Amino acid sequence: MLLHADNLTVERGSRAVISHLSFTVRAGEALLVVGPNGAGKTTLIRTLAGFIAPSQGLITLKGDTADQDRDDGDIADLCHYVGHLTGVKAALTAAENLAFWARYLGADDLGADDLGADGGTLLRERVDAALARFGLLALADFPAGLLSAGQKRRLGLARLGVARRPIWLLDEPTVSLDATSTDLLAGLIEAHLRARGIVIAATHLPLGLDQPAYLRLGPQAAGDTLIGEAGL
Amino acid sequence: MSGFLTLLKRDLVLALREGSALGTALGFFLVVVAMLPLGLGPDLKLLSRIAPGVLWIALLLAALLSLPRMFEADHEDGSLEVMATAPLPLELAVAAKAVAHWISTGIPLALAAPVLGLMLNLDIGLVPALVATMLAGTPAISFLGSIGAALTLKARRSGLLLALLVLPLYIPTLIFGISAMGFAGSGQEGFLASFLILLAISLAAVAAAPIAAAGALRLQLS
Repeated sequence: MLLHADNLTVERGSRAVISHLSFTVRAGEALLVVGPNGAGKTTLIRTLAGFIAPSQGLITLKGDTADQDRDDGDIADLCHYVGHLTGVKAALTAAENLAFWARYLGADDLGADDLGADGGTLLRERVDAALARFGLLALADFPAGLLSAGQKRRLGLARLGVARRPIWLLDEPTVSLDATSTDLLAGLIEAHLRARGIVIAATHLPLGLDQPAYLRLGPQAAGDTLIGEAGL
Repeated sequence: MSGFLTLLKRDLVLALREGSALGTALGFFLVVVAMLPLGLGPDLKLLSRIAPGVLWIALLLAALLSLPRMFEADHEDGSLEVMATAPLPLELAVAAKAVAHWISTGIPLALAAPVLGLMLNLDIGLVPALVATMLAGTPAISFLGSIGAALTLKARRSGLLLALLVLPLYIPTLIFGISAMGFAGSGQEGFLASFLILLAISLAAVAAAPIAAAGALRLQLS
């Protein structure tokens, strides 16, 4: 799998936040998007997720079967988007929150048997495993509204573990996480990369990655060899 | 289809646990209907004559109260963005949420109407027709309302704007709901025709509104 952005220009309110940006990410690679506030990190992630239409340029995704170009609409179907908000419902328990996303995001890989009944064992196992990974198993049947900000954040990230999707688009995933949880996230990202996944993250931390590729946005990025320019 | 049912079930569970939306709508319905006799005086004949119209208008206004929350909660906590990346098309997600709104608000309001009708000296013989027309008309209220809720998602004080946008769309439902009740009351034939048109309006809303609402939601996300 290969994600390629070609000459991408994104405008917000008639101002080009990202201009003529090109990059390529291959399966098993991570791309860390860095830059000062307002450099367009969130805009880039949201554009890749398909929320914002680029005013110019193309985002293409090539599957494992060669020459199979897909349009950018399909990236949305293959990606996990983790934004500034957690997507956690206060009135549901932690386990119910994850079970909903597992069914809703990954319906096809759970198997039809597990969808009808409430307590599908495969689903429950997967939810418990994802909760355990982020140290939330003891809080599984606790209303999510009573969790702390960091715990909610972890619950939102646990979504990454319940539905298999090859592309992870993470926007500041470490906000309000403690050091332990940041390490947990780094481990999860590493495992995802080993499984030939793609991670594109807007972050200020290296996330424990060995050799992450950096994509610098903002005025100082001009002339950067990794990417084109991305001006304010 | 599984995603549709998953979302529908989640929204119904949330409506049940949070409960405030239905409570507010039912309370508003009760207050409006209870105040009317106080304003008009105890003329039983007059009240009986205007009862179906009053109940219909009060139902529209009560349903309108809960519409802004249809997408607001999902937008505030980020669920809407994640939903936009799900396999289920946004159109069907909108439809699931509108069905959930109908089940959690439209049906209870329609079932409460005969009870409130007692306060307006509603002819008991008209109760089946009243409930039937309201059950047939309320899907249009939820689905047409979803367009307004999606359009006003980010607007401040969206409630008033939503009412301005959506109430005119409810006029056909109101006209045929009242006309069906008129035919049922006077014993004339014609109830069925009005009732079927009411159903047709609801079906058209069910088919078309999710497309418009999903388009509006995509604009709000960008």
